[in-house]
Amino acid sequence: MNIYVLMKKTFDTEEKIQINGGVIEDEGAEYIINPYDEYAIEEAIKIRDEHGGEVTVVTVGDEESEKQLRTALAMGADKAVLINTEEDLEEGDQYTTVRVLEAYFADQEVDIILAGNVAIDEASGQVGPRLADRLDIPYVTTITELNIDGDTVNIVRDVEGDEEKIETSLPLLVTCQQGLNEPRYPSLPGIMKAKKKPLEELEIDDLDLDEDDVEAKTETVKVFLPPEKEAGKVLEGETDEQVKELVSLLKSEAKVL
Amino acid sequence: MDFNLSEDIEFLRSNVRKFVKEEVEPLAMKIEEDNEIPKEIVEASKDMGLFSLSIPEEYGGLGLDMVGKCAIYEELGKTHNGFTTLIGAHTGIGTVGIVELGTEEQKQKYLPKMATGEYIGAFALTEPSAGSNAANLKTTAVKKGDKYILNGSKHYITNAVDGQVFTVMAVTDPDKGAKGITSFIVEKDFPGFQLGSVEEKMGLRGSHSAELFFEDMEVPEENVLGEVNRGYVNALKILANGRAGLAARNLGSCEKLLEHCLEYANERQQFGKPIIEIQAVQHMLSEMTMLIETLRSLTYRVAWMTDQGKRVVKEAAIAKLYGSEVYNKVADLAVQIHGGIGYMKDYPIERYFRDARITKIYEGTSEIQRNIIANELVRETRK
Repeated sequence: MNIYVLMKKTFDTEEKIQINGGVIEDEGAEYIINPYDEYAIEEAIKIRDEHGGEVTVVTVGDEESEKQLRTALAMGADKAVLINTEEDLEEGDQYTTVRVLEAYFADQEVDIILAGNVAIDEASGQVGPRLADRLDIPYVTTITELNIDGDTVNIVRDVEGDEEKIETSLPLLVTCQQGLNEPRYPSLPGIMKAKKKPLEELEIDDLDLDEDDVEAKTETVKVFLPPEKEAGKVLEGETDEQVKELVSLLKSEAKVL
Repeated sequence: MDFNLSEDIEFLRSNVRKFVKEEVEPLAMKIEEDNEIPKEIVEASKDMGLFSLSIPEEYGGLGLDMVGKCAIYEELGKTHNGFTTLIGAHTGIGTVGIVELGTEEQKQKYLPKMATGEYIGAFALTEPSAGSNAANLKTTAVKKGDKYILNGSKHYITNAVDGQVFTVMAVTDPDKGAKGITSFIVEKDFPGFQLGSVEEKMGLRGSHSAELFFEDMEVPEENVLGEVNRGYVNALKILANGRAGLAARNLGSCEKLLEHCLEYANERQQFGKPIIEIQAVQHMLSEMTMLIETLRSLTYRVAWMTDQGKRVVKEAAIAKLYGSEVYNKVADLAVQIHGGIGYMKDYPIERYFRDARITKIYEGTSEIQRNIIANELVRETRK
């Protein structure tokens, strides 16, 4: 089977986000594999181990993305592809990423593509479904269970806490939700082996695209941090008075009643 | 001069750091309470490849150089020292003898299984009458046909309970003193091998040391490790090899203590401000940082010298000695910064304080390290 994973690097969850001159400060930031993409990588490895084939992890990123690709290879993926847009593109959006990936996949034989449900940075959740649409293959989002039998694929997906069971067929794109699996750690021997696995680097030229083809369709107008959390309010007095005050505050201040 | 670790080593190290932080550290208090390292941690460590640190690639190991090993030991030092000791005693004195002195056949037989952690290794030198005076062994090995018959006992043997493969020193020629000792690879299943009682220690909970008894234990001749009657030198070599790693483990523990202290000093309020704003506390934090940074420089220099093939007898002894003194000093300061809570069992600081103490004793006491350093000075000046 030809198994592909879409991967994105994101800020480490422990990084403190700082805005400098209207953009998010990324100087010296630590990056990780987007946690939802880790589920996708783990599932891809499991599918390969059960059905045979090859796992290729693809990312649209920059030179720094190599580290996350190496991590994916160390987990057990077979090949990695870095589509490096650093020098060609100033800004991009989901449209840009989808166009680049569409051009890449035009030359690939695909059985299944796995992606994260969302990336934890911008959380648009668009790239997977939009790519499937462009490739004209079915897609299922937020999956928590996946079983492949021949060309038939049985899926359980998370629908806001409820489950939906779906039967579909290959080729297919899925986006992975928490609960699908427990991603493995890259083992130390795995890391040593990963050094010898192929990591292909492409630029948009190699995909017969130029800057105009992939120009963003959206514009980021403003970037700002959420307001700082203020200290809580402690109510005092008799219990019934406190309850009255609480209800009144919930109505007037919090406006939730 | 380049103080950076290679990208490959940094990558290995960051993954070990993540593993330790997410899988081991959350269970550190449980290890302490139960005096047991949970099976799931041991199994996960095997999957992670931690047992293969010192083993060459051709036998299923990582084939790391000393700098690489130290970088990983440093990360392993950042959590419960009982766990660190299980891994460290195996990858250090438990396997290094076979790696350095084993025949091809011995390596083929033992190292691949030791790399996966199926076999856990241990080192058995110490006896009731032979500690720092390692030549005063009473365990005997008498050749009988194609076997050696071992009789005697060992104590304070780290990894004894879970160990499968032991590097055992025994007297083969009683008239020759230190030159009449031979090292053997002993499997716990050999007839006549008996595990004694588990020793109750001040710290390093979860890492079990115990007595070993050998009663007419048969060891096949092919399990002689290195040359006959060279066991004393072998033991010293194995111990010397582990010293940079011990320093690196202590470095990691010190860094973790500093992390705890900084977190606490920022949170804890006294006199209307966080205690990190109090100069007396600041000075203690500065002292800790200075000790940690000097230990780091020393440790990695020794590791680098080892990888360059230089003689490191003196430097490795200094690193082992200094690392244990720094660890004890840093742990003491950490208790002081934490005050009362630093003395309490429901907080990890007192655990490090107890665990630090053994580092001045095991794998060559501080006094023996000083002897080694002085002997090297004498040797260097007496050309």
